[in-house]
Amino acid sequence: MAAVQWRSRGRNYEAELQRCRPEAALVDFGDYHPLKSIMVTDTKTRRGARKGSTSSSSSSSSSAPPDPLSSMLDGTDPLSMFAAASATETPAMAHSASAGDLGRKKWEKEKEEEVVGPDFEPWSLKRGEILARFTTTEKLSINLFMGSDRGKAPSPGSSAVSEKVRTRLEELDDLEEGSQRELLNLSQQDYANRIEELNQSLKEAWASDQKVKALKIVIQCSKLLSDTSVIQFYPSKFVLITDILDTFGRLVYDRIWTMCSDPRPLPDSFTVDDVNDTAKETCLNWFFKIASIRELLPRLYVEAAILKCNRFLNKCGIQETLPRLTAMIRGIGDPLVAAYTRAYLCRVGMEVAPHLKDSLNRNFFDLLGAFRQISSESVQKQLVLQRVEPLLTEMMERCKKLGNNALLLNSVMRAFRPEFVAARATDFIGMIKDCDEAGFPKHLLFGSLGRSVACADPPESERLTILNEAWKVVTKVRSPQDYVNCAEIWVEFTCRHFSKREVNTILADIIKHMTPDRAFEDAYPQLQSVIRKILTYFHDFSVLFSMERFLPFLDMFQKDSVRVEVCRSIMEVFIRHQVEPTRDPVILNAMLHICKTMHDSVNALTLEDEKRLLALLIIGFIRMVCFGRDFEQQLSFCVEARATFCNLESVMVQLIHTVNQLAMETNRVMRGSHSRKTAAFVRACAAYSFITIPSLSSIFSRLSLYLLSGQVALANQCLSQADAFLKAAVSLLPEVPRSISVEGKLRGSESFLLDFINNFLATLLVVPDHPEHGVLYLVRGLLNMIQDYTWEDNSDAKVRVYVSTLPLLAAMSQETYLYSIPKVDSNETLYGGDPKFLLEINKLSETLIGQVLDHLKALGRDEQSTRRQGALAFSLFGVLLAHGDLRNNKLSQLAVNLWNLSHKHGYCETRVSVRTLEFIKHQAQQADMSHLSDTVQRLALQSRT
Amino acid sequence: MSVTLDIRLKRANKVYHEGEVVAGVILLVCKEALQHHGISLSMEGLVNLQLSSKSVGVFEAFYNSVKPIQLISSNIEVAKAGKIPGGKTEIPFEFPLNTKGNKVLYETYHGVFVNIQYTLRCDMKRPLLAKDLTRNCEFIVHCQPQKAKVVPTPVKFTITPDTLQNTRERSLLPKFLVRGHLDATNCVISQPLTGEVVVENSDVPIKSIELQLVRVETCGCAEGYARDATEIQNIQIAEGDVCHGLPIPIYMVFPRLFTCPTLETTNFKVEFEVNVVMVLHDDHLITENFPLKLCRI
Repeated sequence: MAAVQWRSRGRNYEAELQRCRPEAALVDFGDYHPLKSIMVTDTKTRRGARKGSTSSSSSSSSSAPPDPLSSMLDGTDPLSMFAAASATETPAMAHSASAGDLGRKKWEKEKEEEVVGPDFEPWSLKRGEILARFTTTEKLSINLFMGSDRGKAPSPGSSAVSEKVRTRLEELDDLEEGSQRELLNLSQQDYANRIEELNQSLKEAWASDQKVKALKIVIQCSKLLSDTSVIQFYPSKFVLITDILDTFGRLVYDRIWTMCSDPRPLPDSFTVDDVNDTAKETCLNWFFKIASIRELLPRLYVEAAILKCNRFLNKCGIQETLPRLTAMIRGIGDPLVAAYTRAYLCRVGMEVAPHLKDSLNRNFFDLLGAFRQISSESVQKQLVLQRVEPLLTEMMERCKKLGNNALLLNSVMRAFRPEFVAARATDFIGMIKDCDEAGFPKHLLFGSLGRSVACADPPESERLTILNEAWKVVTKVRSPQDYVNCAEIWVEFTCRHFSKREVNTILADIIKHMTPDRAFEDAYPQLQSVIRKILTYFHDFSVLFSMERFLPFLDMFQKDSVRVEVCRSIMEVFIRHQVEPTRDPVILNAMLHICKTMHDSVNALTLEDEKRLLALLIIGFIRMVCFGRDFEQQLSFCVEARATFCNLESVMVQLIHTVNQLAMETNRVMRGSHSRKTAAFVRACAAYSFITIPSLSSIFSRLSLYLLSGQVALANQCLSQADAFLKAAVSLLPEVPRSISVEGKLRGSESFLLDFINNFLATLLVVPDHPEHGVLYLVRGLLNMIQDYTWEDNSDAKVRVYVSTLPLLAAMSQETYLYSIPKVDSNETLYGGDPKFLLEINKLSETLIGQVLDHLKALGRDEQSTRRQGALAFSLFGVLLAHGDLRNNKLSQLAVNLWNLSHKHGYCETRVSVRTLEFIKHQAQQADMSHLSDTVQRLALQSRT
Repeated sequence: MSVTLDIRLKRANKVYHEGEVVAGVILLVCKEALQHHGISLSMEGLVNLQLSSKSVGVFEAFYNSVKPIQLISSNIEVAKAGKIPGGKTEIPFEFPLNTKGNKVLYETYHGVFVNIQYTLRCDMKRPLLAKDLTRNCEFIVHCQPQKAKVVPTPVKFTITPDTLQNTRERSLLPKFLVRGHLDATNCVISQPLTGEVVVENSDVPIKSIELQLVRVETCGCAEGYARDATEIQNIQIAEGDVCHGLPIPIYMVFPRLFTCPTLETTNFKVEFEVNVVMVLHDDHLITENFPLKLCRI
């Protein structure tokens, strides 16, 4: 068998292509449409069916043929069917109260929207904010005296029992309930958990009809609010406890509601007359009970919590209660507690009766009235005791001078709508100026003002004055921390309304303030925010970088992590907003600097993900650089970039691609024929790639880049460079490891390698032989490498490569090649079909076939590998059929043998075999292929038994 | 075999006036038919007087409680001995609330030494081996509205160390000035007590300001009479050192049952007072007393 004679089949690619081209089939655009008929019948039948099943009205009831998709979905879709069905059932199933509840809520919502302005900030938003903001690490304590509600009126007829005995009995009761306890040293989380427990036990008590216990829990909870021992946590505590109160209020309201919902639920806008006597009596009872709560604070809170229940009793109950409760709050001595009580009352008031805005004003004026209390001695002491930030105490100190309303002004600016403040910004500036210099620090006031004007636009004409006035004060602030806090706010205003000149000035000022004593080290968050704000408003990077203080500003970020983060945010904005490729030297320089900073942060400890991210950003930048026709400058930019970003491999890869692209672009511009100058340039490009590729660590990117660069070099007629690339690729092959890691998993590299080799072989067709080396130098080199490569045991890879080399060799022996590169002479022209060359090829083919056959034989020895043997034999058969000249008897005999071998063990797929036979018969009909019909005769199909 | 006996009044708030009819149903719920020896219903209004141990000796107080005064009493037989079918049975009843002779129906009042209470009591006699069933139900009587018009007369007050009586060492007292007013001392019982108090100044911080509602009950008997004042409730109106100069509202709802229109009879008296109590941080207790006259309109 060893002496196989190879003859390649002569091919006429043109003719084959012609034959293969299908006849253009005319599409009939008549009235027939495959979807149409289905669509129409479909909707008709379905509609009939649907009417019976659900009563919900369908939206597709128009007479025009509906959209096929929607008609398909409408009705047959199980989900919508289900939804429709349940929609009709719910009113019947659901508890009457819940339906009423829904309606009520809707009504209230509408009403609320009507009365409350659109800018009303709902409590739900504020709530989360408070919880997140006010936290503490200090230890807290809960003090609950459940059951010892001294507000309870003494029970009648207890006169016989002396006072002492009675208290003892009460104590006993308390112990029974196990509720008198003091919990100390709670962390904030424990505290919140405890309160949540209380909330739960409230619900449980309510559910088990222990209304008195529920009330007691609520009273105890609200009592906790009188304890201001850890001020930092107080707002959060307030939120937690008012949650409980809300729950309680809801429970009471819903209970009374259900009492009146017999026989039918109350309408949404019920009046007192709709409420039955029992419900009224229950409601009244609650109010009497609450009115007898001894302590002021719980009485206020609990009454506020059930404020809504007034609706059951009389028409104007809420209207009368709100002002009364407002006035009663004056009785709370601690200004903090009082203020929060007011907040709760206002909140509940807004929820229950949004139209009663009067009490809001009244509350506010009361708050103002009690304002001077803050300066009182005890509060001061308390604050000092609790080490609340010194700033706060300072604020208080200054508020002592009544008439100095800076603190108030501050609150006004922070709380009022930004539009309101912005419209009167000049007035505010005037007021701020009038404030006592020794008062509340002015920069805080300007900070608040800045926040407002940054959100809303002050009148056009005043803008510059505002900025000037504000900045005059800001720039005088001594403490760098205060300064930067304030400056940060005003940057936004400046960016919004002014040009780069003003922003630049501000940046310069910030630099001036922050540089002494390295003050910037403590202000990174603020400085970062400055950058962020600038980036939000300046998307034109040429403008951005032409601010001369921008880069010096960046230099203030001296801590590596912060620096990289800032660079990254700049890059992100750049990539998002830079649409046009740029060649602006200012941008390039600055960006290069920024990218270099990012790149330099990479070290051995950097995570893969982080690296990938940075590389992505830098690549984004590189892709944006374009010097137009100035190719050389582009190349030199790439050289510079390579030097700068040598640690990020994917950037290297991108650079090589860029350079290759550059070479091809040159080629395109020159329309394929290079001048001397451009030829030198593309060679330079090739050189660039050639020296860059070895620095990559991933072997497959090296291989594919070699191949790609080789192809590019070939396309640009740089033959020796192409040769070098391909040679380098070949000599790299032995280094390919047997397994590589793909996405963190080890995988065999074989399939990748086969892919690459096939790709490589296809390129080899057009590579002309080197004049100094022998015939088919590269092919032989490749085959040698393949032979020497340590393939995996039990793998047919090597033989597969051999099999796939055969088509290449066959293609090489044609008179005209399948493809060629313009202006490059391939072997077809070099050898011109020289018999010696053909002989060489045939010899090589024969050797390969011999190798394959040997391998097949070896496989035949082993029972287990017969399947592989069959497959391999079949693929060789295919190659012979397609590329071999089967007029040669030996070859056709070989083909028949292979066919038989592949079918010997029955692993061949019959369908494939049948189709192959059909193909051969089809081929045989052509003029020069008649010999195939003989062969076909000898190919037997395996019969299935 | 379980049976429950209940009295349900028609009015949810159980409040009746003289001359009205107390109507309701007796509700019987049992699983199976029930044998009984008759069901009767009685209505009774009583004034219970008790002498405090302070004014008389302990033993005397124990034995010598004054005989209750009956205001109204009537009795009807609801059902003769027989059987009640299983399930829910409702037997309606009506009692006219009329007094005999010149007796007056006082308003319901639950106090310490004086108790005015109206009850309905339903008894079901049952054959041997089964306990008789009893059910009590209190209903509330409000006296007839007062004819005369109540003209509120505001009462102003000022409290300083000098206005105080009863002080041991006036010189040790810190300086303070509290002004205020009650909108009226002749109050309508169904409306809250209102007013204002202003702390003008105080050397020592204030701990708390409270309203103490006090009942003064007087019982007369053969040996003389006993007069006792006890607290009904204590309502805090200010907590902590309140803002000086800012008026703080005085507001107190009169609790039901524990208050009634001021009452004066030959045998006993029920009167009310309110104390404005100010507790200073050094635990000084300053009290200003105002007698009230409650009425119902």
